[in-house]
Amino acid sequence: MKVLTLIEAVTDALRTEMAADAAVIVFGEDVGLEGGVFRATVGLQNDFGEGRCFDTPISESGIVGAAVGMAIVGLKPVVEIQFSGFAFPAFNQIASHVSRIRNRTRGALSASLVIRMPYGGGIRAPEHHSESLEAFFGHIPGLKVVIPSTPHDAKGLLIAAIRDPDPVIFLEPARAYRAVRQEVPEEAYTVEIGKARVEAEGTDLTLVSYGAQMIEARHARAQLAAEGKSVELIDLRTIYPYDAAAVVESVKKTGRLLVAHEGPQSFGVAAELITAVMEQAFDRLEAPPTRVAGPDSIYPMPRGEHHYLLTTEHLVAEARKVLSYEP
Amino acid sequence: MNGPARRVAGKDAPAAAVRGAKETAQGAAGKRTPIAAAAGIFESYDPRQGRIFSLLDETGKLAPVSDGIPLLSDEQALAAYRTMVLSRQVDEWAVSLNRQGRMPTYVLNKGQEANSVGALMAVRPDDWFVPAFRELGGMLVRGISVEQYYLYWYGNEWANHMPVEKYHMTPISVPVGSQMLHAVGIAWGERYNGSDRIALSFMGEGASSEGDFHEACNLAGVWKAGVVFYAQNNNWSISLPWSKQSASATLAEKAFAYGFPGVRVDGNDIFAVYAAVTAGARHAREGKGPVLIEGLTYRLGAHTTSDDPTRYRSSAEVTEWEARDPILRLERYLLKRALISAEEIVKHREKSLACAQAAFEETERAPDTNIEDTFRYLFSDMPQILGEQLDRRRS
Repeated sequence: MKVLTLIEAVTDALRTEMAADAAVIVFGEDVGLEGGVFRATVGLQNDFGEGRCFDTPISESGIVGAAVGMAIVGLKPVVEIQFSGFAFPAFNQIASHVSRIRNRTRGALSASLVIRMPYGGGIRAPEHHSESLEAFFGHIPGLKVVIPSTPHDAKGLLIAAIRDPDPVIFLEPARAYRAVRQEVPEEAYTVEIGKARVEAEGTDLTLVSYGAQMIEARHARAQLAAEGKSVELIDLRTIYPYDAAAVVESVKKTGRLLVAHEGPQSFGVAAELITAVMEQAFDRLEAPPTRVAGPDSIYPMPRGEHHYLLTTEHLVAEARKVLSYEP
Repeated sequence: MNGPARRVAGKDAPAAAVRGAKETAQGAAGKRTPIAAAAGIFESYDPRQGRIFSLLDETGKLAPVSDGIPLLSDEQALAAYRTMVLSRQVDEWAVSLNRQGRMPTYVLNKGQEANSVGALMAVRPDDWFVPAFRELGGMLVRGISVEQYYLYWYGNEWANHMPVEKYHMTPISVPVGSQMLHAVGIAWGERYNGSDRIALSFMGEGASSEGDFHEACNLAGVWKAGVVFYAQNNNWSISLPWSKQSASATLAEKAFAYGFPGVRVDGNDIFAVYAAVTAGARHAREGKGPVLIEGLTYRLGAHTTSDDPTRYRSSAEVTEWEARDPILRLERYLLKRALISAEEIVKHREKSLACAQAAFEETERAPDTNIEDTFRYLFSDMPQILGEQLDRRRS
């Protein structure tokens, strides 16, 4: 076991899979010599050579489109988009080809590749560097969308993504890159895509979150425990295909649900999970399931970030409402 | 080579007669120039000097060529002719079917056949073919059946079921220019895998206004990827002419800014297309990087069966290009060389139409996509969420 940060776990997963499989190649903007602006790919060019870890021109559509071609000839590209806010130029390739080629060729060709990108706010970054795009990607048929919140999950999910025959959008919470340290096995292991993780059991309320928002969710759980409330905390981990069963199962036990995410509220992940609970556990609910999410606004520049981001207090306040609801 | 009689022009030999020095419909200041190219097509035909590479004139006369210019053999010329005529008949029958209400919106290839047929004949069967959506002839060369081709426009995804080992091609690509990047990745990947396969990527001239054209050319140049980019410049992107598409005099000259060669060829001249793509493929295979070939051609039909080209272009222009029909031109050549007879021409046309008709009957008989297929191929294993949605639809 090694104690790693989330970003070190990402690097560890990449190194593990590059060592195991010569088909795995890593490329993107500044990922080679520099090791990425967040240092996720640090050392890989040195260890595996410029042929397997290399810098590209500033060309997001090019990175993703070329990766599709490489995947068609049997390679396993793991590409980095420097910030999720820069993924928009690549949307045509992602939505028109990455996600579709398997379906439209009836399985003859596939784009088995991984697109990694840091996402989310709270890092005092300039404009266009803090977006949460998981709902966009989740809405594109044919993509798997994964978000780890811990170093252990980051390594296991990334290795699973690299080995997955389908394209995976791997969103890395930038704010959590160095916020959490955890023991991580040195050997290769996978965490199953599509499975949520019950991080802490509880009986009064199910709190579901993912990514960097899990940081506040953990604090909220602790604070509510001090108030005598038992919160079951679930890390969703996969946005698509989402683990509705895990959430429904938990709500059947607690009768109450709060979903928290940083991304915009409308048409967000919370809406989907709450719908699943309404459809499958309506008669077990003791309070209306609810959500606390980012506003439907443009992510502000650093001096206004605090108007956007959800704090522990936001989560606790919403949780108290759900917990104290009386019909 | 079992080719037509040709005079060998040395490097310093006087230029053969300049023929057909007619301006193209693109209005470029291009003149067709004769073949004196011991140095090679890409070196000798600089589009920035208004040069257009052409071998076969409208009367079916082949220009004298120097050594090193690859020519179609008699057998290849006949095979190309048969494929082009089949392509034409497949098109014509599809238009007729559309009018009968039996075929949905169909994209026409009429008038552009020499481009993809010549190009596909110039690469190896295991080189990658990355089409846009006006390369029927090339698909026929690659072995796609007429029935499978019709199935695409008929509206069934099984038309795109193209196993790699059998076809080495990607399916028709509708998002304009986006497929060029796949060709770059394929070429990069083949080299990584130790193979000398190259990628032949098609696009229309309108694609040169898309960002992906820029990104593909730029990446291919930087990576020295083994790609032959072939732009079918038919002058019209639906209703927009080249003059409003770009302020660049030619499409081919854009290549130089990306650091690789570009050339304009007469795209209605199967000999010129074949020779240029052969030279481009050699360049790409030798690791020298990509090339960009601009085939000057013309869509004699509508953009699709839903389009009415009389709204945006003159009948005089169409008539002018009808005289440059790539099939007529090759036909005249074959007749001149007594490689085909007038009766054989009629017979082959009839046979091709019958082939198209029979193929479409098969297409109509093919079962429609079933509901399972609509869900089954999104992922290697169907997620539970999708499975539940499928069950709901079925119940």
